[in-house]
Amino acid sequence: MTDTVERKSLTREDLLDVYRTMRTIREFEERVHAEFATGDIPGFVHLYAGEEASAAGVCSNLDDRDTIASTHRGHGHCIARGVDVAEMMAEIYGRKTGSCHGKGGSMHIADLSKGMLGANGIVGGGPPLICGTALAAKIKGTGGVSVAFFGDGGSNQGTTLESMNLASVWNLPAIFVAENNGYAETTSSTWSVASDNIADRAAGFGMPGVIVDGFDFFAAHEAAREAIARAREGGGPTLIEMKFTRYFGHFEGDQQTYRADEVARARAEFDCLKRFADRVTETGELSRADLDAVDAEVATLIDAAVADAKAAPLPTEADLLTDVYVRY
Amino acid sequence: MARNITYREAINEALTQEMERDDTVIVMGEDNAGGAGAPGEDDAWGGVLGVTKGLYHKFPGRVLDTPISESAFIGAAVGAATAGLRPVAELMFVDFMGVCFDQIYNQAAKFRYMFGGKAVTPVVIRTMYGAGLRAAAQHSQCLYPLFTHIPGLKVVLPATPYDAKGLLTQAIRDNDPVIFFEHKALYDMSGPVPEESYALPFGEANVVREGADVTIVTLGRMVHTSLSAAAELAASDGVQCEVIDLRTTSPLDADTVLESVEATGRLVVVDEAHPRCSIATDISALVAQRAFGALRAPIEMVTAPHTPVPFSTALEDIFIPDAQRIANAVKTVTGWNP
Repeated sequence: MTDTVERKSLTREDLLDVYRTMRTIREFEERVHAEFATGDIPGFVHLYAGEEASAAGVCSNLDDRDTIASTHRGHGHCIARGVDVAEMMAEIYGRKTGSCHGKGGSMHIADLSKGMLGANGIVGGGPPLICGTALAAKIKGTGGVSVAFFGDGGSNQGTTLESMNLASVWNLPAIFVAENNGYAETTSSTWSVASDNIADRAAGFGMPGVIVDGFDFFAAHEAAREAIARAREGGGPTLIEMKFTRYFGHFEGDQQTYRADEVARARAEFDCLKRFADRVTETGELSRADLDAVDAEVATLIDAAVADAKAAPLPTEADLLTDVYVRY
Repeated sequence: MARNITYREAINEALTQEMERDDTVIVMGEDNAGGAGAPGEDDAWGGVLGVTKGLYHKFPGRVLDTPISESAFIGAAVGAATAGLRPVAELMFVDFMGVCFDQIYNQAAKFRYMFGGKAVTPVVIRTMYGAGLRAAAQHSQCLYPLFTHIPGLKVVLPATPYDAKGLLTQAIRDNDPVIFFEHKALYDMSGPVPEESYALPFGEANVVREGADVTIVTLGRMVHTSLSAAAELAASDGVQCEVIDLRTTSPLDADTVLESVEATGRLVVVDEAHPRCSIATDISALVAQRAFGALRAPIEMVTAPHTPVPFSTALEDIFIPDAQRIANAVKTVTGWNP
């Protein structure tokens, strides 16, 4: 597959950052997959591997003024937004040192100081919330933009559709990113989404709808850049549909009997990291050695995150009753 | 300087004074200004009962009409609260929580705990509740027990104009999500309200009538019905009831309830909601558990029945607890002979 999108304004440092983000997500998820199989990680875990170009493509256009809301498949969005990887891993292990002190878990990792309003255990939970953060940015005049990531399953929730309408009615600086990985749990989006594309629904809400090859970082980055710039200038919301495949099951433990060999093919032919690496080395912007150095650095980071998480203390009974209210 | 104003005006005054005091306070809801996009007045309604009337022109850009999309705008209020605003969203009838409850109980209520104490969500959701307007099954419910059940929410039910203003002021200043229940039959009630701004603390019940014989614990509109019953009983039977208005069900002022029952030895709980898993059962359990030794009679509960709210005048009037039923319950506990 060839890349067709022209790149703008990405320096060598930007490219290294993007690659580091995508590699960190991949390494994090591959490692959680392996560790989950040992039985050490409690609860429900949904992995983002394969979808890295979306989180990195969108979040590489964001800054400190901006907020995102994520999904149950949220690790990639957290990493792309700069949430501390060691704290994330500790959270997934339910440790006191985790991002949420072990009270949230994989589905609720959040860091409001990084503009990350949380992974979310409720499908369609995020879009209304980012209408609010976008409204706050608009009223305060910060120039901030808010992004809701949701899946093909979330695209069918009324909350998502209501939020797109509200965002247009209020002309909010809000971006709706539909990550269509082909399946809501086991159910195919070709069946559950009644329109040909999720992006087609944008017309019904008076906003632009864009379809993006979700395996192509540069396509994702460019589509988000344009939408975010428009939103910052008061041009209102955009719906972006990323089309790709997730590499793992709906959750860890999913036997994936509902699909055949598409993951092997995606990994071999479309993989976002491979395509990114091929392109930047072909143009000579980064060398193989540059990328190898990032790979090594990321592997060390994730090794340390896992080791630290396993060694970290668990919360104690005293933590059970705290932080229900600010003051009660 | 106190003067008599209505419950509706008291709420409007609290909103006005808090919006003047703090420019992060915004108001949103269906028709909250009224007339957005229409060719007539920009401030046509002020919500369906006119509670927010007049705010639109006083606070440009801070009073927002919304589409009929409760999930989206209640969620937007919650999201905006995490981002430095203090939104006051109007969920027109509490019955409509069914279409937006996720944003309240899974999102707003849980952020602080779920995110390890790192989130602050100072949102107020104002909502209308209660029977009496022949509004039938989907516009007349109480539902505050459902919200009281959820850790992370605060639940407030003012019974008077004075409390409405002071408790709403506190709700707006509070850093936790607050569900503020306004009884639709109280909007036109007048009472003395100071002109100046004041906040009433949450978790402090109000002893609205003192008495040595029976404790009546109640809330919302039932405070007035209970006071009527108490006055009649004092006149007819010489029975002195102590009437406690809880004012907030979360947090709950257990101490005031327990102290009163320790003194009277008899408890009647009066609650307009259905009888199961309600404030009535909650208070009864509290007293049975922590003041059992003081009880001189079994606890009586006066509630609506376990039915939807009926439409017909003939049925709704017997659905809502009245002073006679309360008086009968008081006579049952005072006449108890084991």
